[in-house]
Amino acid sequence: MFDVHEMEINFGPQHPSTHGVLRVLLKVDGERIISAKPVIGYLHRGTEKLFEHMAYPQCIPHTDRMDYVASATNNLGFVETVEKLMGITAQIPKRAQLLRVILSELQRISSHLLWLATHAIDIGAMTPFFYCFREREQILDLFETYCGARLTLNCMRIGGMPEDAPAGWLDEIEEFIGKFDAAVDEYESLLTNNRIWKRRTVGIGVISPEEAIEWGVTGPPLRGSGVNWDLRKALPYECYSELDFEVPLGINGDTYDRYLCRMAEMRQSRRIIEQCIPMIKATPAGDIKAKISRVVRPPEGEVYHSIESPKGELGYYIVSDGKSQNAYRCHVRPPSFVNLQALPAMAKGHLVSDLVALIGTIDIVLGEVDR
Amino acid sequence: MTQELLMRYLIWPLVKFLVAFLIVQVIVAAMNWVERRLLGLIQARLGPNRVGWHGLLQIVADPIKFLLKEDIVPSSSEKIAYFLGPMLPLIPAFIVFCLIPFGPPPMFIAARVNVALLLVLALTSTGVYGIILGGWASNNKFSLMGGLRSAAQMVSYEVPFGLSIVGVLMLCGSLDLVRIVDYQAHNIWNLFSQIVAAFIFFVSMNAENNRTPFDLPEAESELVAGYHTEYSAMKFAFFMLAEYSSMLVNSCLMTILFLGGWTIAFDGHGLTTEKLVSMGIFGGLLGFAIFFAKVMFFMLVYIWFRATFPRFRFDQLMDLGWKWMIPLALGNIVVTAIFVLAGQERLMYWIGFVTIGAIIFYLSRKPAPARPAASHKVVHAS
Repeated sequence: MFDVHEMEINFGPQHPSTHGVLRVLLKVDGERIISAKPVIGYLHRGTEKLFEHMAYPQCIPHTDRMDYVASATNNLGFVETVEKLMGITAQIPKRAQLLRVILSELQRISSHLLWLATHAIDIGAMTPFFYCFREREQILDLFETYCGARLTLNCMRIGGMPEDAPAGWLDEIEEFIGKFDAAVDEYESLLTNNRIWKRRTVGIGVISPEEAIEWGVTGPPLRGSGVNWDLRKALPYECYSELDFEVPLGINGDTYDRYLCRMAEMRQSRRIIEQCIPMIKATPAGDIKAKISRVVRPPEGEVYHSIESPKGELGYYIVSDGKSQNAYRCHVRPPSFVNLQALPAMAKGHLVSDLVALIGTIDIVLGEVDR
Repeated sequence: MTQELLMRYLIWPLVKFLVAFLIVQVIVAAMNWVERRLLGLIQARLGPNRVGWHGLLQIVADPIKFLLKEDIVPSSSEKIAYFLGPMLPLIPAFIVFCLIPFGPPPMFIAARVNVALLLVLALTSTGVYGIILGGWASNNKFSLMGGLRSAAQMVSYEVPFGLSIVGVLMLCGSLDLVRIVDYQAHNIWNLFSQIVAAFIFFVSMNAENNRTPFDLPEAESELVAGYHTEYSAMKFAFFMLAEYSSMLVNSCLMTILFLGGWTIAFDGHGLTTEKLVSMGIFGGLLGFAIFFAKVMFFMLVYIWFRATFPRFRFDQLMDLGWKWMIPLALGNIVVTAIFVLAGQERLMYWIGFVTIGAIIFYLSRKPAPARPAASHKVVHAS
């Protein structure tokens, strides 16, 4: 009577809450998950191979399409890696650096908003979805004002920025971040102390700090377990070392703590942008590009550089042969891909309902997982 | 003589039922629009506002769409059960409306039965068969899980649902819905004397109807669409109709059992049934309006819940039902029995009054920004 009746379920690739085309091969006993195996590759576009056949500047729009909800940080990782390979990191003007920081922190907020929206709707709370999109829309408007695009920004160039901040743009940002903390309070009032929300997230998908490090998990899932590792602090790039911000860390390593971490990160991002605005106003207008040759031809060598994307450590590994205008090999270390590895371990023993909470809490974007 | 009996027991109830049926149909269709508009309002968006005045023609447009859509039947489904699935919940949901008094009798009730409450409970609880059958017959694992969840959920919540009514019955001493309303008009709304029962009844009716936060059988983000994943066109609409009808039935029951139905009276003063009847047709319509307003209130609360709460997990739902709701309902029966035996019903009102006052006071405070408890607080490393 009590023997196990295994049932196999294909959770995805077409399922409302797999955040794209993730397919999870589930073995369940009733509703309890015996094993969960992510099957990926449905969105593989060979981006890394494409990079080998394109001049460096041509690669930037393709990086947009990896983590398509956080394209500014994708751009940033790529251009910084090429700059590091060329040895011109120190020549980037302050104004360009600040613009990059503002764009990537806005992007972090917008990515986290999208995460919260989908995570909440996966757990059944409908309304936060629309509230988050209300604020995200304003960020996308800000992006549109800056570069004309809302999603695939293509907003950074090797050696600097494509254009200076448009007139009035900085004031618009100031206005937005002035209201933003109240918006986060609003989301939190719906969820943070909601008993049902807590019952659905506390103690779900616990990763210990050791496990998290062993799996190579980075970003909020790692910090949710209490490991103090944020590349903006650990290996500062751009002008992050001059900015005053804190790294939120969780205690228990469960879904709820990861939720709290991301909520706190949004507030910290707002703080960073707030500091950047007066700093950028103090720099000379138009000074946004380093003086480098138009043709990007890095010297022979290889380099790995990583930045803290909203989802974790986004690393680029580029090999240059020193002769051509395109990379000999480019490898991307996408945070979503590595974080997704932890899913089977996290899901085991939980219920099917928890699986959607776990997929949400890892915060994957399949464009980035499959590249 | 035969003709008179025929008139009294067949023709007249049938006419009244048909009228009630039509009104209910319209209300159900309109509720869909109300729900979408209200959700829009809560969620900082508009909701349907294109078809007709403020999107009101959506009420007509939706059924037309459902009727014209292709009716897809999965080739691997169990055909007979698949067809029965959407019908089974709908039929009892509509039959129930002959038993419910929408206003002061005898005008607004199709069939006055002295065990109406039991009959209503019996009929509404059969709705689950269609869902189980539909979920199983679709030959889809997600549907199957939805059906199973629904079976477990509805069976579990049927118990506190039924138990919560016992207290009311002890006070009113009747299963006749009209007499239950009259009792309240001559004493006080059961909401005050049976506050725990009202709470349990309300929560259980949410669970019975698969509404948020208990919408597990059709949990969109988990089970795609649960038991109705494989249903399309009018068959899907039947499930929807059944859901909204039973929402309406349960709101009516809540109104009749706890909020004094069509009366606004205390201790026999105010708009009691007798007063309304003496006012003739106007009184009848007034009673209906009062009843309708109270029912709408609960319908809106359903929608408000849907906008506010996340979804329970399956085992947590069972926990809540068996470990909290049922003991609470049993406790309520014992306490009510003691009060009734001691002849102290009045004392219960006052306790209820104070409790409700305290709850309203608590809810009317301006909430502080939500902060997590210390055991979960994030630490800020610099």
